[in-house]
Amino acid sequence: MIDLTFVEHNGEHHRVSAKQGTNLMQVAVDNAIPGIDADCGGSCACGTCHVRVSQQWLDKVGAPSESEALMLEMTPEHDARSRLACQVTIQPEMSGMIVDIPEFQM
Amino acid sequence: MTSQTSQENNMLPDPYSVPLESINLSDPNLYSQNRWEDYFRRVRDEDPVHYLKESPFGPFWSVTRFEDIVAVDTNHVDFSSEPWIMIGDPDPTLPLENFISMDPPKHDDQRAAVQSVVAPRNLAAMEDLIRERIATILDKLPVNESFDWVSNVSIELTSQMLATIFDFPYEDRHKLVYWSEMATGAPELSGGTALPEERFAALQDMVTTFAGLWEQKSASRKAGNPVGFDLISLLESNEDTRDMITRPAEFMGNLGLLIVGGNDTTRHSISGSVLAMDRFPEEFEKLCANPKLIPSMVSEIIRWQTPLSHMRRVANCDIELGGKLIKKGDKVVMWYISGNRDDRVIDNPNQVIIDRAKARHHLSFGFGIHRCMGNRLGEMQLRITWEEILKRFDKIEVLEEPERVRSNFVSGYTSMQVKLRPKSR
Ligand code: HEM
Ligand code: FES
Repeated sequence: MIDLTFVEHNGEHHRVSAKQGTNLMQVAVDNAIPGIDADCGGSCACGTCHVRVSQQWLDKVGAPSESEALMLEMTPEHDARSRLACQVTIQPEMSGMIVDIPEFQM
Repeated sequence: MTSQTSQENNMLPDPYSVPLESINLSDPNLYSQNRWEDYFRRVRDEDPVHYLKESPFGPFWSVTRFEDIVAVDTNHVDFSSEPWIMIGDPDPTLPLENFISMDPPKHDDQRAAVQSVVAPRNLAAMEDLIRERIATILDKLPVNESFDWVSNVSIELTSQMLATIFDFPYEDRHKLVYWSEMATGAPELSGGTALPEERFAALQDMVTTFAGLWEQKSASRKAGNPVGFDLISLLESNEDTRDMITRPAEFMGNLGLLIVGGNDTTRHSISGSVLAMDRFPEEFEKLCANPKLIPSMVSEIIRWQTPLSHMRRVANCDIELGGKLIKKGDKVVMWYISGNRDDRVIDNPNQVIIDRAKARHHLSFGFGIHRCMGNRLGEMQLRITWEEILKRFDKIEVLEEPERVRSNFVSGYTSMQVKLRPKSR
């Protein structure tokens, strides 16, 4: 199992453990982490699973695909740390990763 | 007697009694007579990607299942939104261009320029004002007597919201409603009834009025005043959209888009929510017992109502879908109204269930790069409306079958007689 921490906008931390190969959105939903809507159910088609990956794990997560980048553009609050959680596949090297949940999903 | 006969002749037949290949899902009578559910069920089950050779809108494909609709909506490379996203083609003498009917990269730039006005952060700042305006409307309503909910509440409320996001003169807000109806109400677009001369005059008036507003904002900005956070100010001050005023088709199209986007859709969801709570009284009881369900109820209503029945695409290449070969250049209509009733994805789809699991997983806002920009604004208006209704009324009784819009694009109500029972103290 891989340990991850979600941090809500209000600062609340949620430590969870996840299986390799699942995606970050699914981990959040399975653990009932507030702040991720995932309206499209993981099809990279709604943008409501927006998260920010903390700086030191960014290279482990890699850059967004072209279609993911287009969807991220649709939230005015995206930045260089932004990813769609449903497009991030959990890998062992992500153990300890901290993920920030934005105040709003759009 | 003649009128009775002609009415009977106009009644649509049983969908299972007609040849499958002749079923025309673009017939606006399906919607005004509220017969669409059965027609779509048959097509979803028997011919989910359905081709119609001839229709008033030319030949077209109907995509009717949830998953197929997602596949088309998220594939903007093979399915273009140009030149237009309604089943009918616009009158060429009335050129309209807007980002809902543009492909990347132009779409992306124009959308990026305006989306922050309806982003949740901005909306949170508007919440108190919106609540105050809704409360004022509800407080003025008559109780224990019959009145029309559509004109007294749904239209009034959405036009006030539009005036707010456009910073449009408050006393003229009814013009916004009128223009919106004219924009989508043409027979060749949606099977509506707007006359061409009237439509043309209305859209002309819209352009002139907005050009005036634009000039005003521009003068104010150049005089060194801070840029307002309304839509016109944002468009006028953004580098990507600043010269839009010099391209009348684009100017008119994008304003029309924002007005229509924010008007009919929210209006019909508000009316639909009242109808749903009357039709499903046990759900209304659940809501009264637990007002925390309002956000989930709002999503459920938006699914059940599906205020925009369809979006149209054009195939950029020959492409297979559901075992059928769609040819390059063919019109492809995604029927959200049908996908939202697809029991392959949604359990008991005809039922309103306000605490449904995954209530947000519906097609009403579309998916992919054109996903509704104003979805949070629409949801917020519904949420606040119901928070304020529950404070005031024990029941909203719908007194008779509502009158429905004659359109294959906008799904909603032209009138709905109701009676309010005030909250017993
Ligand atoms: C319940 C209310 C609403 C519904 C059901 C609705 C529905 C839709 C749908 C189906 C689309 C096209 C999605 C696609 O092609 O995949 C859309 C796009 C759009 N909507 Fe909404 N809408 C609503 C409220 C609003 C509001 C309040 C606004 C006000 C700003 C708005 C503005 C827009 C705009 C600008 C687009 C074009 C987005 C693009 O092409 O990138 N909508 N809407
Ligand atoms: S869940 Fe919709 S984009 Fe990730």
